[in-house]
Amino acid sequence: MTIAIPPTSNKKSDQLQPNGWLRYFSFSLDHKVIGLQYLVCGFIFYLIGGLLGSAIRVELASPISDFMARDVYNQVLTLHGTVMIFLWIVPVVNGAFGNYLIPFYVGARDMAFPRLNAVAFWMIPPAGLLLISSYFITGAAQSGWTAYPPLSLTTPAAGQILWILSVLFLGGSSIFGGINFIATILKLRRPGLKLMQLPMYCWAMLGTSILVVLSTPVLAGTLILLSFDIVVHTGFFNPGLGGNAVVYQHLFWFYSHPAVYIMVLPAFGLVSEILPVHCRKPLFGYTSMVYSIMAICVLGLVVWAHHMFTSGTPPWMRLFFTIATSFIAVPTGIKFFNWLATLWGGRISLNSAVLFSCGFIVNFVLGGITGVMLAQVPFDIHVHDTYFVVAHFHYVVYGGSVFVIFASIYHWYPKFTGRMLNENLGRFHFLLTFIGFNLCFAPQHWLGLNGMPRRVAEYDPQFTFINQLSSAGALLMAISTLPFLWNVVQSAFNGPIAGDNPWRALTPEWLTSSPPPVENWNGEAPLVTEPYGYGVPKEQLDKTGTSNSDHRSSGQ
Amino acid sequence: MTTLTNVNHDSDQHGAENHEHADHRLFGLATFLVADGMTFAGFFVAYLTFRAVNPLLPDAVYELELPLPTLNTVLLLVSSATFHRAGQALKRDQAEKCQRWLLLSAGLGLAFLVSQMVEYFTLPFGLTDNLYASTFYAVTGFHGLHVTLGALMILIVWWQSRSPGGRITSQNPFPLEAAELYWHFVDGIWVILFIIFYLL
Amino acid sequence: MSIPIAILTLVLGMVLVLGGLWIGQNVNLLPVDASANAPVYDELFRVLFSIGAILFLGILGLVVFSLIKFRRRPGQLGDGLALEGNLSLEVFWTAVPAVIVLFVGLYSFDIYDRMGGMVPLGHGAHDHQEMEMQQNIWGGIGSKAEELTTESNLAALPVEVTAMQYAFLFRYPRGDIISGELHVPVGQPVRLRMEAKDVIHAFWVPEFRIKQDVIPGQPTILSFTATKPGRYPIVCAELCGPYHGSMRSAVVVEEPTDYDTWFSNNAKTTVPEA
Repeated sequence: MTIAIPPTSNKKSDQLQPNGWLRYFSFSLDHKVIGLQYLVCGFIFYLIGGLLGSAIRVELASPISDFMARDVYNQVLTLHGTVMIFLWIVPVVNGAFGNYLIPFYVGARDMAFPRLNAVAFWMIPPAGLLLISSYFITGAAQSGWTAYPPLSLTTPAAGQILWILSVLFLGGSSIFGGINFIATILKLRRPGLKLMQLPMYCWAMLGTSILVVLSTPVLAGTLILLSFDIVVHTGFFNPGLGGNAVVYQHLFWFYSHPAVYIMVLPAFGLVSEILPVHCRKPLFGYTSMVYSIMAICVLGLVVWAHHMFTSGTPPWMRLFFTIATSFIAVPTGIKFFNWLATLWGGRISLNSAVLFSCGFIVNFVLGGITGVMLAQVPFDIHVHDTYFVVAHFHYVVYGGSVFVIFASIYHWYPKFTGRMLNENLGRFHFLLTFIGFNLCFAPQHWLGLNGMPRRVAEYDPQFTFINQLSSAGALLMAISTLPFLWNVVQSAFNGPIAGDNPWRALTPEWLTSSPPPVENWNGEAPLVTEPYGYGVPKEQLDKTGTSNSDHRSSGQ
Repeated sequence: MTTLTNVNHDSDQHGAENHEHADHRLFGLATFLVADGMTFAGFFVAYLTFRAVNPLLPDAVYELELPLPTLNTVLLLVSSATFHRAGQALKRDQAEKCQRWLLLSAGLGLAFLVSQMVEYFTLPFGLTDNLYASTFYAVTGFHGLHVTLGALMILIVWWQSRSPGGRITSQNPFPLEAAELYWHFVDGIWVILFIIFYLL
Repeated sequence: MSIPIAILTLVLGMVLVLGGLWIGQNVNLLPVDASANAPVYDELFRVLFSIGAILFLGILGLVVFSLIKFRRRPGQLGDGLALEGNLSLEVFWTAVPAVIVLFVGLYSFDIYDRMGGMVPLGHGAHDHQEMEMQQNIWGGIGSKAEELTTESNLAALPVEVTAMQYAFLFRYPRGDIISGELHVPVGQPVRLRMEAKDVIHAFWVPEFRIKQDVIPGQPTILSFTATKPGRYPIVCAELCGPYHGSMRSAVVVEEPTDYDTWFSNNAKTTVPEA
């Protein structure tokens, strides 16, 4: 019974919401504005988290604790983890790109619940400020982003409580976002658009949102119990009062393992959007991609205890979680082989978006291989809680998700702003990031294998050189943000005009102006049933300009 | 005129009901309740694990009586039924009947809360006495919070369904349907809670 | 004159596999192996490293090759091949990783069993049943490691480990010795019963390839047999507070005669036999 009112009839209401740049600071209900709010807000927190990470690498450039006080170091590493996970990667791969793209992909004019959407975003800045300000007011939490009791019960309570409050807010925001995505994808699809015709990112977001809805509340409940332990001295997780510290770990990882998929599955989806466009080929194996996302979701919910192989876990549990975790490699592998097959035989333009996507493939494969290794109980017993795990985790979330975030910014920037980015600066950014990242984290595998535990401010002097190498890589990563920042800021004003569809893409967000109008399309939403309909049949392939003479003439 | 989308956030009419189709909002609420249910699931599993691996210390007191919570269970189950009747009455445009059933449901919910309070004050253990006691208070308290919110929601629905001038009618049943779904959920959680904490 | 693609692929594949195996066997990333289960661990590591190297180099090679070979040349505006999938290929790369993963899982469980990890939990609680009435002992590497040693007739040396912020204390019940360093004889199984005083710590000896969390209120068991005399670091691997990084100790592995000397010098009570 509700009827879409054509955009022209909205003149009156347009005055209620600010126009121009001011709307990015308002309680806007436009999914595109909210998406960019998520993106910019997340990027600011990325810079803060990066600063914190740099502080860690400066401290670790020497084997003694000399750069900052030991308790400050623990605050810094706690904030680094929390900021990067809850304020940068989760909000950006889900909130930013999800909000911007999902309504386009399902052929809707907005998300299912625009108000809830705006509320979900506006929970993030206060929660982030609360978290950061805790450092200045009371001293931040010191027990790591895992906040294991009893440590989190014995460190200063004020910082820990503020940390819990902040994470509860962010978790709530994430749940609201997840509900919105599920409803939008399942209920708001344009008539005629079937589920199996949706772009892959929709499937990734559907899977991710299911994980968010099922697992985040468990973390919220657990943190509420933890705050009881801190404030009123109950003993849920306090062995001194008859409680059980290991139960906290189970509950925590029931969320925090799926959280890795919450950070990585959307990245998988985004890569699946970017590669076909720039390879001029259909996405290889659409159906198997969809099923592997669903398989990752199901398996992702039942593997949490592999984070606890050295805590008290009975052997049957170790056996089950080893097998379950290892098997996640199968659907993940399917996705990677499908991307490789998408690259194969394409007409790949080597722009920044493709380079970052391929950087993601390479980094994530390494992170995935070490992940399968870590799933093996006997292997994990040696390297658990060491720099090997730090390296693995950063290969997955930085080499994986963050590389994809950059790829996506290069890919969708023309749509966001209507202007092109500078490709040469982009490639330079990729080169610096890729080298810096690998220099920073690859040596850490060796550190972990040879006896350096994680979360330490001081270490055995024999590891000094490798740590300095790693710190040099971190410096390079820090520097690499400069060309990127310069690029996005100056291109917004001076970049070449992009036009509606600079990449000649087929997905619906490109079938409107850049930047798109308030309700996404002037007129009816296009029905895109083949989002990956690139490519030519084999017979015509040779006539499309790849003759041998072409080869020679452009042989560089 | 196309009906391909139900969302139109730029319309300046007030109230969420003009922006989001009722079906989607109920779907969204159901999804939220799944999430909320997972919070309870986490609590229940934590409690069962504590029971399995952390034996009660020898001098700790943790005993629950059955009569009062059984009465509570009956109160909530009956209130679910009365709320259902209220919904049916609204569909048949019997506004006054609907309001009576709503008031009865709210009254049963409040009676549950009073009875729960009575139980709290007569129990021989306090919040921080021991692990089981803490879990008991935390989980029943969290559930009680849900009941309180639910009772408030019912009263608001009742207020809004007064005719004339009420905004909840058979044409706009969403607030009542949402409160009803939520209330059934809270009752269902109680039944599981009752089995796990009192019967096991 | 061109070499058939199939043969080229086969040769490349073989080079890749052999190269990966060579890397796995010859690139040593691990410290000295000083306990009975360290060589077993290293065997698993070499297998995983080989498989990982083959996969990683293979995929890296494919990505780089594709980017170079299939890059869009200037003036090329046409699309690539409209290939949406290939069922047999997809079945192939689902089945092969599944088989590899299954093999790795079973193999690592065999390794785990050989390291003594599959000993039922009750095993630990059995010995001290009267002491720990209802406490659960949750074990790490169980006591089966004893069987790996040649001198399996030797009884395990019990040591009680107490972890606190920021030190390990080792108590030898047989001589009532309390020490800040762990002294163990070569070749004799050692059985650690560990408990923490305040927060969770973890007992890690990188050269032994073993680690076990030390949890307050929940004793854990860890067994090992040292095989090479020397002095190895004991590292706390679980964040336990500001001085976590400095919570280190050492395990001193000595020849049995040296150990006996140390033991009798420090024992407070005389023990009939060690």
